[in-house]
Amino acid sequence: MAPVAPRSGDVIFASVERVNAELFTLTYGAIVRQLITDLEEVEEVNKQLDQMGYNIGIRLIDEFLAKSNVSRCVDFKETAEVIAKVGFKMFLGVTASVTNWDAEGTCCSLILEDNPLVDFVELPDTCQGLYYCNILSGVVRGALEMVSMKTEVTWLRDMLRGDDAFELQVKLLKQVPEEYPYKDDE
Amino acid sequence: MATTACFMIVSRNDIPIYEAEVGTAPKKEDAAHQHQFILHAALDIVQDLAWTTSAMFLKAIDRFNDLAVSVYFIHTRLMLLHDSRNDDGIKTFFQEVHELYIKILLNPLYLPGSRITSSQFDTKVRALARKYL
Repeated sequence: MAPVAPRSGDVIFASVERVNAELFTLTYGAIVRQLITDLEEVEEVNKQLDQMGYNIGIRLIDEFLAKSNVSRCVDFKETAEVIAKVGFKMFLGVTASVTNWDAEGTCCSLILEDNPLVDFVELPDTCQGLYYCNILSGVVRGALEMVSMKTEVTWLRDMLRGDDAFELQVKLLKQVPEEYPYKDDE
Repeated sequence: MATTACFMIVSRNDIPIYEAEVGTAPKKEDAAHQHQFILHAALDIVQDLAWTTSAMFLKAIDRFNDLAVSVYFIHTRLMLLHDSRNDDGIKTFFQEVHELYIKILLNPLYLPGSRITSSQFDTKVRALARKYL
Protein backbone atom coordinates (compact mmCIF):
# COMPACT_ATOMS: atom_id res chain seq x y z
CA MET A 1 0.00 0.00 0.00
CA ALA A 2 1.28 3.41 -0.91
CA PRO A 3 2.00 5.69 2.00
CA VAL A 4 -0.61 8.34 2.58
CA ALA A 5 0.59 11.70 1.34
CA PRO A 6 0.98 14.19 4.18
CA ARG A 7 -1.64 16.89 4.09
CA SER A 8 0.50 19.51 5.71
CA GLY A 9 4.17 20.32 5.78
CA ASP A 10 4.26 21.24 9.48
CA VAL A 11 6.09 18.13 10.58
CA ILE A 12 8.68 18.39 7.84
CA PHE A 13 9.06 22.11 8.42
CA ALA A 14 9.81 21.41 12.07
CA SER A 15 12.49 18.92 11.20
CA VAL A 16 14.39 20.61 8.37
CA GLU A 17 17.19 23.08 8.97
CA ARG A 18 16.13 26.68 8.98
CA VAL A 19 17.78 30.06 8.75
CA ASN A 20 16.85 33.30 10.42
CA ALA A 21 13.93 34.86 8.57
CA GLU A 22 15.45 38.34 8.42
CA LEU A 23 18.71 36.99 7.06
CA PHE A 24 16.73 35.18 4.39
CA THR A 25 14.61 38.21 3.52
CA LEU A 26 17.56 40.58 3.36
CA THR A 27 19.65 38.16 1.34
CA TYR A 28 16.91 37.85 -1.23
CA GLY A 29 16.51 41.62 -1.16
CA ALA A 30 20.19 42.06 -1.83
CA ILE A 31 19.97 39.75 -4.84
CA VAL A 32 17.05 41.68 -6.32
CA ARG A 33 18.76 44.98 -5.60
CA GLN A 34 21.90 43.79 -7.37
CA LEU A 35 19.92 42.53 -10.35
CA ILE A 36 18.23 45.88 -10.71
CA THR A 37 21.60 47.62 -10.61
CA ASP A 38 23.16 45.23 -13.11
CA LEU A 39 20.34 44.77 -15.59
CA GLU A 40 18.78 48.24 -15.31
CA GLU A 41 15.56 47.15 -17.05
CA VAL A 42 12.82 45.95 -14.72
CA GLU A 43 11.56 43.53 -17.37
CA GLU A 44 14.98 41.94 -17.57
CA VAL A 45 15.07 41.60 -13.80
CA ASN A 46 11.74 39.79 -13.87
CA LYS A 47 13.08 37.40 -16.48
CA GLN A 48 16.28 36.80 -14.60
CA LEU A 49 14.47 36.13 -11.32
CA ASP A 50 12.23 33.66 -13.10
CA GLN A 51 15.22 31.91 -14.60
CA MET A 52 16.97 31.77 -11.22
CA GLY A 53 13.82 30.34 -9.70
CA TYR A 54 13.63 27.76 -12.47
CA ASN A 55 17.20 26.68 -11.78
CA ILE A 56 16.37 26.36 -8.10
CA GLY A 57 13.13 24.54 -8.81
CA ILE A 58 14.62 21.79 -10.95
CA ARG A 59 16.95 20.92 -8.09
CA LEU A 60 14.59 21.59 -5.24
CA ILE A 61 12.06 19.05 -6.47
CA ASP A 62 14.47 16.22 -5.67
CA GLU A 63 15.00 17.51 -2.18
CA PHE A 64 11.26 17.79 -1.83
CA LEU A 65 10.57 14.25 -3.01
CA ALA A 66 13.30 12.86 -0.80
CA LYS A 67 12.18 14.51 2.39
CA SER A 68 8.45 14.92 2.14
CA ASN A 69 7.34 11.28 1.68
CA VAL A 70 4.59 12.29 -0.70
CA SER A 71 3.37 9.60 -2.99
CA ARG A 72 2.65 10.04 -6.67
CA CYS A 73 -0.12 12.54 -7.29
CA VAL A 74 -3.05 11.16 -9.24
CA ASP A 75 -4.06 14.41 -10.88
CA PHE A 76 -3.12 18.04 -11.19
CA LYS A 77 -5.51 18.98 -8.41
CA GLU A 78 -3.65 16.89 -5.94
CA THR A 79 -0.36 18.27 -7.21
CA ALA A 80 -1.52 21.81 -6.57
CA GLU A 81 -2.65 20.90 -3.07
CA VAL A 82 0.67 19.29 -2.28
CA ILE A 83 2.60 22.32 -3.55
CA ALA A 84 0.47 24.69 -1.54
CA LYS A 85 0.27 22.75 1.70
CA VAL A 86 3.53 20.83 1.81
CA GLY A 87 5.94 22.47 -0.62
CA PHE A 88 5.44 26.07 0.41
CA LYS A 89 5.42 25.14 4.08
CA MET A 90 8.56 23.11 3.78
CA PHE A 91 10.70 25.70 2.02
CA LEU A 92 9.07 29.02 2.82
CA GLY A 93 7.40 28.39 6.15
CA VAL A 94 3.97 29.51 4.96
CA THR A 95 1.04 27.68 3.44
CA ALA A 96 -0.90 28.73 0.40
CA SER A 97 -4.50 28.02 -0.42
CA VAL A 98 -5.67 26.69 -3.76
CA THR A 99 -8.70 28.25 -5.44
CA ASN A 100 -10.14 29.44 -8.72
CA TRP A 101 -10.10 26.12 -10.53
CA ASP A 102 -11.25 26.28 -14.09
CA ALA A 103 -13.67 23.72 -15.52
CA GLU A 104 -11.04 21.40 -16.96
CA GLY A 105 -9.03 21.32 -13.77
CA THR A 106 -5.87 22.51 -15.48
CA CYS A 107 -5.61 26.01 -14.13
CA CYS A 108 -5.71 27.21 -10.55
CA SER A 109 -4.52 29.92 -8.25
CA LEU A 110 -2.22 29.59 -5.27
CA ILE A 111 -2.94 32.32 -2.78
CA LEU A 112 -0.33 33.42 -0.28
CA GLU A 113 -1.60 35.60 2.53
CA ASP A 114 1.79 35.87 4.04
CA ASN A 115 5.08 35.99 2.21
CA PRO A 116 8.39 36.18 4.08
CA LEU A 117 10.19 37.47 0.99
CA VAL A 118 8.52 40.84 1.09
CA ASP A 119 8.95 41.88 4.71
CA PHE A 120 10.16 45.51 4.78
CA VAL A 121 9.83 45.86 1.01
CA GLU A 122 8.12 48.79 -0.60
CA LEU A 123 8.38 49.30 -4.35
CA PRO A 124 9.80 52.71 -5.25
CA ASP A 125 8.40 54.56 -8.26
CA THR A 126 11.31 53.50 -10.42
CA CYS A 127 10.53 49.79 -10.05
CA GLN A 128 6.79 49.74 -10.59
CA GLY A 129 6.83 46.95 -13.16
CA LEU A 130 8.86 44.65 -10.96
CA TYR A 131 7.49 41.32 -9.84
CA TYR A 132 9.54 41.19 -6.69
CA CYS A 133 8.73 37.56 -5.91
CA ASN A 134 9.15 36.34 -9.47
CA ILE A 135 11.64 33.78 -8.23
CA LEU A 136 8.74 31.82 -6.71
CA SER A 137 6.96 31.42 -10.01
CA GLY A 138 10.20 30.14 -11.49
CA VAL A 139 10.63 27.63 -8.68
CA VAL A 140 7.14 26.20 -9.16
CA ARG A 141 7.58 26.03 -12.93
CA GLY A 142 10.98 24.35 -12.66
CA ALA A 143 9.89 21.86 -10.06
CA LEU A 144 6.79 20.81 -12.00
CA GLU A 145 8.73 20.47 -15.21
CA MET A 146 10.95 17.90 -13.54
CA VAL A 147 7.91 15.79 -12.72
CA SER A 148 6.68 15.87 -16.33
CA MET A 149 4.32 18.79 -16.15
CA LYS A 150 4.82 21.77 -18.41
CA THR A 151 3.25 24.73 -16.69
CA GLU A 152 2.89 28.43 -17.08
CA VAL A 153 3.08 30.38 -13.84
CA THR A 154 2.06 34.02 -13.61
CA TRP A 155 1.34 36.53 -10.87
CA LEU A 156 -2.24 37.76 -10.76
CA ARG A 157 -2.09 39.69 -7.53
CA ASP A 158 0.86 41.19 -5.71
CA MET A 159 0.70 42.83 -2.31
CA LEU A 160 3.55 45.14 -3.25
CA ARG A 161 1.31 46.56 -5.94
CA GLY A 162 -1.48 47.25 -3.52
CA ASP A 163 -3.44 44.00 -3.75
CA ASP A 164 -4.62 42.20 -0.65
CA ALA A 165 -2.75 38.93 -1.21
CA PHE A 166 -0.30 37.18 -3.48
CA GLU A 167 -1.98 35.15 -6.16
CA LEU A 168 0.04 32.84 -8.33
CA GLN A 169 -1.74 31.35 -11.29
CA VAL A 170 -0.53 27.92 -12.29
CA LYS A 171 -1.69 26.69 -15.67
CA LEU A 172 -0.98 23.16 -16.81
CA LEU A 173 -0.01 23.26 -20.47
CA LYS A 174 0.69 19.59 -21.06
CA GLN A 175 1.90 16.45 -19.41
CA VAL A 176 5.19 15.50 -20.96
CA PRO A 177 5.63 11.77 -21.33
CA GLU A 178 8.75 10.52 -19.66
CA GLU A 179 11.69 10.26 -21.97
CA TYR A 180 14.62 8.01 -21.47
CA PRO A 181 17.95 9.70 -21.80
CA TYR A 182 19.33 6.83 -23.89
CA LYS A 183 18.03 4.55 -26.57
CA ASP A 184 17.59 0.83 -25.99
CA ASP A 185 20.01 -0.21 -28.69
CA GLU A 186 22.91 1.92 -27.53
CA MET B 1 -0.18 70.50 18.05
CA ALA B 2 2.67 72.87 17.44
CA THR B 3 2.10 75.93 15.29
CA THR B 4 5.51 75.71 13.68
CA ALA B 5 7.35 72.47 13.27
CA CYS B 6 9.73 71.48 10.55
CA PHE B 7 11.06 67.96 10.55
CA MET B 8 14.05 66.89 8.54
CA ILE B 9 16.26 63.85 8.18
CA VAL B 10 19.83 64.66 7.28
CA SER B 11 22.08 61.92 5.97
CA ARG B 12 25.64 61.33 7.07
CA ASN B 13 26.93 63.50 4.25
CA ASP B 14 24.82 66.45 5.37
CA ILE B 15 22.30 65.94 2.61
CA PRO B 16 18.64 66.28 3.58
CA ILE B 17 16.86 63.08 2.59
CA TYR B 18 13.44 63.83 3.98
CA GLU B 19 11.63 66.98 4.89
CA ALA B 20 8.18 67.76 6.20
CA GLU B 21 6.48 70.87 7.44
CA VAL B 22 4.28 69.48 10.17
CA GLY B 23 3.14 72.66 11.91
CA THR B 24 -0.30 74.18 11.65
CA ALA B 25 0.86 77.67 10.74
CA PRO B 26 0.30 78.59 7.09
CA LYS B 27 3.50 78.68 5.14
CA LYS B 28 4.89 82.14 4.61
CA GLU B 29 6.09 82.88 1.12
CA ASP B 30 8.92 85.18 2.09
CA ALA B 31 10.34 82.72 4.62
CA ALA B 32 10.02 79.63 2.49
CA HIS B 33 13.56 78.50 3.05
CA GLN B 34 14.03 79.97 6.49
CA HIS B 35 13.45 76.67 8.25
CA GLN B 36 15.94 74.80 6.12
CA PHE B 37 18.39 77.60 6.73
CA ILE B 38 18.08 77.43 10.52
CA LEU B 39 18.38 73.67 10.56
CA HIS B 40 21.37 73.80 8.29
CA ALA B 41 23.05 76.30 10.59
CA ALA B 42 22.48 73.98 13.51
CA LEU B 43 24.36 71.10 11.88
CA ASP B 44 27.73 72.34 13.11
CA ILE B 45 26.51 72.50 16.68
CA VAL B 46 25.18 68.98 16.35
CA GLN B 47 28.54 67.80 15.14
CA ASP B 48 30.36 69.38 18.08
CA LEU B 49 27.87 68.14 20.61
CA ALA B 50 27.76 64.61 19.28
CA TRP B 51 31.16 63.74 20.71
CA THR B 52 30.48 65.18 24.14
CA THR B 53 27.47 63.13 25.06
CA SER B 54 26.21 59.60 24.68
CA ALA B 55 22.57 60.65 24.65
CA MET B 56 20.75 60.33 21.36
CA PHE B 57 18.18 62.98 22.08
CA LEU B 58 19.66 66.46 22.24
CA LYS B 59 17.00 69.00 23.04
CA ALA B 60 16.97 72.66 22.10
CA ILE B 61 20.58 72.82 20.95
CA ASP B 62 20.04 75.97 18.97
CA ARG B 63 17.58 78.85 18.98
CA PHE B 64 16.27 81.31 16.46
CA ASN B 65 13.88 83.85 17.94
CA ASP B 66 11.15 81.72 19.46
CA LEU B 67 12.11 78.58 17.52
CA ALA B 68 14.28 75.82 18.94
CA VAL B 69 16.14 72.98 17.24
CA SER B 70 16.09 69.50 18.73
CA VAL B 71 18.02 66.59 17.33
CA TYR B 72 17.91 62.85 17.59
CA PHE B 73 21.31 61.58 16.70
CA ILE B 74 21.73 58.26 15.00
CA HIS B 75 24.28 57.93 12.22
CA THR B 76 21.93 60.17 10.34
CA ARG B 77 20.30 63.05 12.15
CA LEU B 78 16.63 63.52 12.75
CA MET B 79 16.17 67.25 13.27
CA LEU B 80 13.14 69.13 14.39
CA LEU B 81 12.59 72.86 14.44
CA HIS B 82 9.80 73.65 16.83
CA ASP B 83 8.19 76.32 18.92
CA SER B 84 6.52 74.04 21.44
CA ARG B 85 8.15 73.15 24.76
CA ASN B 86 6.82 69.65 24.93
CA ASP B 87 10.11 67.79 25.41
CA ASP B 88 8.62 64.41 26.24
CA GLY B 89 6.38 64.55 23.20
CA ILE B 90 9.29 65.46 20.96
CA LYS B 91 11.40 62.65 22.35
CA THR B 92 8.64 60.11 21.78
CA PHE B 93 8.13 61.52 18.29
CA PHE B 94 11.81 60.99 17.51
CA GLN B 95 11.80 57.47 18.87
CA GLU B 96 8.80 56.50 16.80
CA VAL B 97 10.20 58.09 13.66
CA HIS B 98 13.43 56.23 14.32
CA GLU B 99 11.47 52.97 14.17
CA LEU B 100 9.93 54.01 10.86
CA TYR B 101 13.32 55.01 9.53
CA ILE B 102 14.73 51.59 10.37
CA LYS B 103 11.94 50.00 8.36
CA ILE B 104 12.85 52.21 5.41
CA LEU B 105 16.49 51.19 5.73
CA LEU B 106 15.57 47.51 5.77
CA ASN B 107 13.83 47.86 2.43
CA PRO B 108 16.28 46.30 -0.01
CA LEU B 109 15.12 48.61 -2.78
CA TYR B 110 16.05 51.70 -0.80
CA LEU B 111 19.58 52.94 -1.25
CA PRO B 112 20.89 54.28 2.08
CA GLY B 113 21.59 57.98 1.85
CA SER B 114 19.14 58.60 -0.97
CA ARG B 115 15.92 60.58 -0.73
CA ILE B 116 13.05 58.95 1.11
CA THR B 117 10.19 59.06 -1.35
CA SER B 118 7.88 56.55 0.30
CA SER B 119 4.43 58.04 0.70
CA GLN B 120 3.62 55.58 3.47
CA PHE B 121 6.52 56.91 5.50
CA ASP B 122 5.38 60.46 4.88
CA THR B 123 1.84 59.73 6.02
CA LYS B 124 3.02 58.00 9.15
CA VAL B 125 5.45 60.77 10.09
CA ARG B 126 2.69 63.35 9.73
CA ALA B 127 0.36 61.25 11.85
CA LEU B 128 3.03 60.98 14.55
CA ALA B 129 3.58 64.72 14.42
CA ARG B 130 -0.12 65.33 14.98
CA LYS B 131 -0.09 62.93 17.89
CA TYR B 132 3.00 64.02 19.80
CA LEU B 133 3.92 67.59 18.91
